[in-house]
Amino acid sequence: MSKRILTVFMIAFILFLYAPTLLLPIFAFNDSSIIAFPLSGFTLDWFASLGAADELRKATGTSLIIATSSSIIATMLAMLATSATVRYRFPGKGAMIGTIMLPMFLPEIIIGVSLLTVVLLAGLKLSIYTIIMGHVLICTPFCIAILRSSFQQLDPSLEEASLDLGESRFDTFRRVTLPLIMPGVVSSLLIAFTISLDEFVIAFFLSGTEPTLPVYIWSQLRFPQRIPSVMALGTLLLLLSVALLTLSEVLRRRSARRLGKDMTGGVL
Amino acid sequence: MRGRLQLDADARRGLSQISLPFAFSILLLAAPLALLLAMSFWTQDFLTLDRTPTTANFVEAWTNPIYQTLMLRSLKISLIVTVVVVSLAYPAAYYMSFVAPDNRKALLVFLITIPFWTSYLMRIFLWKVILGFNGVVNGSLMGLGIIDAPLDWISYNQFAVIITLSHAWLPFAVLPIFVVMEKVNRSYLEAAQDLGDTPFQRFLRITLPLSMPGVIAATLIVFIPTIGDYVTPKLVGGPSGLMIANMIEVQFKNANNAPLGAALSLSALFLVASVAGIFVWLNRRYLKSEGAA
Repeated sequence: MSKRILTVFMIAFILFLYAPTLLLPIFAFNDSSIIAFPLSGFTLDWFASLGAADELRKATGTSLIIATSSSIIATMLAMLATSATVRYRFPGKGAMIGTIMLPMFLPEIIIGVSLLTVVLLAGLKLSIYTIIMGHVLICTPFCIAILRSSFQQLDPSLEEASLDLGESRFDTFRRVTLPLIMPGVVSSLLIAFTISLDEFVIAFFLSGTEPTLPVYIWSQLRFPQRIPSVMALGTLLLLLSVALLTLSEVLRRRSARRLGKDMTGGVL
Repeated sequence: MRGRLQLDADARRGLSQISLPFAFSILLLAAPLALLLAMSFWTQDFLTLDRTPTTANFVEAWTNPIYQTLMLRSLKISLIVTVVVVSLAYPAAYYMSFVAPDNRKALLVFLITIPFWTSYLMRIFLWKVILGFNGVVNGSLMGLGIIDAPLDWISYNQFAVIITLSHAWLPFAVLPIFVVMEKVNRSYLEAAQDLGDTPFQRFLRITLPLSMPGVIAATLIVFIPTIGDYVTPKLVGGPSGLMIANMIEVQFKNANNAPLGAALSLSALFLVASVAGIFVWLNRRYLKSEGAA
């Protein structure tokens, strides 16, 4: 009895989770500037209007630069931190990794205003660099969470064998460790890229004259006549996120299979 | 560094690897938080900062009715959202772990994960599209002639903020509960069944206590960020639904009173940490009374 109720509940749960998202493609193709049912007709105008928006193109460029830099820096920092914590014992380990993971447990606005305070006090100018710093800070804990399983599944005897056979530490890393954890690294890059591309609050506090994509979208939300175009843009972003996420999941599974371990765990 | 400390080669290698990410966190997290703390004791004097230490900002933040109202409202909304989200996420996680066939689990996890990586801003904005005065609900109902004027109780108030935040954070609460439930040893349940426990007794005495760490994780994952949420109150809250983060932004930007903004931020952080501490403490007591810890 209770199983049937739970099944019905789960279906309702998934439907509730996805219902609002379904509005994106529906109204992105709807031939009316008023967002309401009944629908009036099919159009591609809203997508076409995106092509003409210069500021949108600039904001997308800014966001891509920030997301690419943040994901590379965050993944490199996370590789160092994860390698240290998974494989070695040293004094202060708990406190250090705790500090690095802390941004996961802080409201984003606190990170935004504390970095803004530094910028104000130091008399720096807000730029894409300040946003990159904030994004590296919040992405690194997620990258660590992903890389941890890669490093845990790594067989240390492979590295020892390489060292015993006379390879240097750097070459061992490059030729043995890195290829084995590569799928995890790529997955970490993709997740950090997605987080940075999507992040709004920190970017909103730290952006100067060059808005990121979410900050640009935010500025458009004030104008009711822009809303159908925003819906079209949202549809494209949704497709991009799903594509990136699927890619990262496929890579994670391939990595798990290559290491011959079970495939549980993952993003969280 | 403590030069006398004997460190073996492994410890030295570990320390040297973690030093760079740790230094980054100190430089960009700990130091800025310390500066924020210092700032909260200063005074904004038009364009310059008066650096004589004073607690005036904190007195203002904790006694001025405007800030009190916003702080308590943020706490209230965040607590309601947390309760709503966790009580909906728990049965969903239970279904995924105990009811769903094994070959369906991966698909369900994937379905729950997708909303994680879709634009947060867009997900919040869609609720404005749904609930707003010219939104899907009102527009459609009026278009069909069911109502004459927009339903005002669904738009631009705390109700709208609660629905929107609950929806936005639902998927984040399911996974931690699910992960912990997957670790519940199924043979305990069989043993209890053999010893004559009813399904409900088994749930109360085994599954619930053992899944509690997941519930606590989910509670914190939802509670901590929602209390400081900026986007939702601004988009769907209207004047009566504004929260503390909106005021912090006003102080840092338009009102040009960063020290007061800093005091408000730290007060909010203090509130978050205290309530989070209470959750963790309550959980310990509960588990102790169940004999599980």
